[in-house]
Amino acid sequence: MTPDQKGFLLFAVIKLLVVFSVMLAGVALLTLVERKVAGWMQNRPGPNRVGPFGILQPVADGIKNFIKEETRPASANEFLFLLAPALSFIPAVILIGVIPLAAPLPVDFAADLPLLGLTTFHGMMPMSVADLPIGFIFILAFSSLGVYGIALAGWSSNSKYSLIGGLRAAAQLISYEVAMGLSLIPVLLVSGNASFSAIIARQQQGLWFIMPLFLSFFIFLISGFAETNRLPFDLPEAESELVAGYHSEYSAMKFSLFMIAEYAHIVTVAAMVATLFFGGWDMPFTHWDERGGLLQTVVTGACFFAKTFFWIFFVIWIRWTLPRFRYDQLMALGWKILLPLSLAYIMVVAVAIEIIQASLGWTDPKAQGFALFALNLLLGWAMFFLLDRGRVVRGVAPRTRAASSMSPREGAA
Amino acid sequence: MASNVTVTTVIFYVFAVWAVGSALLCITRSNALASALWLVSTMFALAAIFVILQAQFIAAIQVLVYAGAVMVLFLFVIMLLNLEDVPHDWKRWPAWVVGVGLAAVLGTTLVTLHSYTPARLAREVSTMPSPVDPRLVFPEGNALAVATATQGAVGSVAQPLFQGYLIPFEVTSVLLLAAVVGAVVLAKKKL
Repeated sequence: MTPDQKGFLLFAVIKLLVVFSVMLAGVALLTLVERKVAGWMQNRPGPNRVGPFGILQPVADGIKNFIKEETRPASANEFLFLLAPALSFIPAVILIGVIPLAAPLPVDFAADLPLLGLTTFHGMMPMSVADLPIGFIFILAFSSLGVYGIALAGWSSNSKYSLIGGLRAAAQLISYEVAMGLSLIPVLLVSGNASFSAIIARQQQGLWFIMPLFLSFFIFLISGFAETNRLPFDLPEAESELVAGYHSEYSAMKFSLFMIAEYAHIVTVAAMVATLFFGGWDMPFTHWDERGGLLQTVVTGACFFAKTFFWIFFVIWIRWTLPRFRYDQLMALGWKILLPLSLAYIMVVAVAIEIIQASLGWTDPKAQGFALFALNLLLGWAMFFLLDRGRVVRGVAPRTRAASSMSPREGAA
Repeated sequence: MASNVTVTTVIFYVFAVWAVGSALLCITRSNALASALWLVSTMFALAAIFVILQAQFIAAIQVLVYAGAVMVLFLFVIMLLNLEDVPHDWKRWPAWVVGVGLAAVLGTTLVTLHSYTPARLAREVSTMPSPVDPRLVFPEGNALAVATATQGAVGSVAQPLFQGYLIPFEVTSVLLLAAVVGAVVLAKKKL
């Protein structure tokens, strides 16, 4: 191997170790954040016994999960029962690896290391484990693999609650994956590239995509809630109907793996919202952060963390605010509202970009962004006017009226 | 021999063995669920081979559509039906005839293709009028890597698809639409 290849490998391994340790530690702290926020919203202290302000609660939880007795249902499919938590955990934690966490760092490294020999690295080092050319498509692809863990956990437990939870998860994730994937196509249309670094660069030249692509953001956020199995879409583990859904039969660390996967998904969705629609590590109103340097990397890293943390908080906030959807409402929202909406939005954005670029001849990214923003204000207003809560989630009263107005035979069918 | 064994070659053989092994396990398992899962494993290994060929976008779509969506629906149906294990009946001769026949056809194709180097294919294609750069269709060297770097992973696929092969692409999509409409007509008793 050449010294350059060695340097690339060395830094890749270092980044891998750092990112995944931070991710797992962050997920552990996130369980505490969730309980603290829940306590704050419900006017109670939350966990406050272990350590100062309950800060060591995740440690206590971890120890408890490791030393608890493992139960295994007698008639479970043993191999798949063991495999399912891993299948859920692995795709969830590798997703963060492709998201750029800070501005690229200029590195000039040459050293004769023990064991490795001469190792060099010159140039800009992207602050993601792998800056893939396929960017967010990689995240969509691998997050879609997480459903196997949930579906197989439900099936292999050989319990009806688990099975229904697993089936619900499979149906729900597939339904919302479609809307999620389609909601990101306008991002691709505006930025012209799927890689995260290109998308961030485009947002630095023009506007953050929250403004020119507001509807995409809205659809992506809703689908993100469904993909993470969080309230108001936590049908696969609805405790009032299904005990604990797909992980009813799991205990100790295997149960914990499902929880880690869920929180890792929350982090990924929050990081994706921050990167795709809020400029990623970009600092607003200044170009100082694009010059490159150690200080810039640290500050933009903090910037990215602040944005991501806000969206993590938002996810928790929604959980303790909105009640759970009914299953048919969930499916109707996915297929009858979000899917046509995102398809129509792709066409509108594509036509608008063609008009702005070809007919009006505006090539400045900022001008294009403001033109699309004006369009989105109109579209967003129309959408919220037409899709108010009463129409999306039709209450019981109009439903029964509609049912009783049908003939009895039709009502039975 | 040892000189031309690169890291890429080793990785290719890892995933090739993985793909073929999973495919064999897929068709020999008696449990439908196990078969479906081995098929997912095959798809995943194929996606890895696409990455080795510099076709990252195709790889991601392979995982997203086949491993992530189509196979989940298969799994869904298998889980709902709760199928019994079906022991293999090795004595049915029509199955043997069809299987060996198909294997022979595919094997012959493979042997024929072996004599076709990428250079020869590119040469033959370039003598015919082609709507796209033949080096992109039969990548030799790093033509695909260069296209990915300049046009982006999506652009390098979209350009041939929507400019060179627009009509075949649209015809295929109409075919798929017909299949969807047909499925709805069959499933709905009353439209």
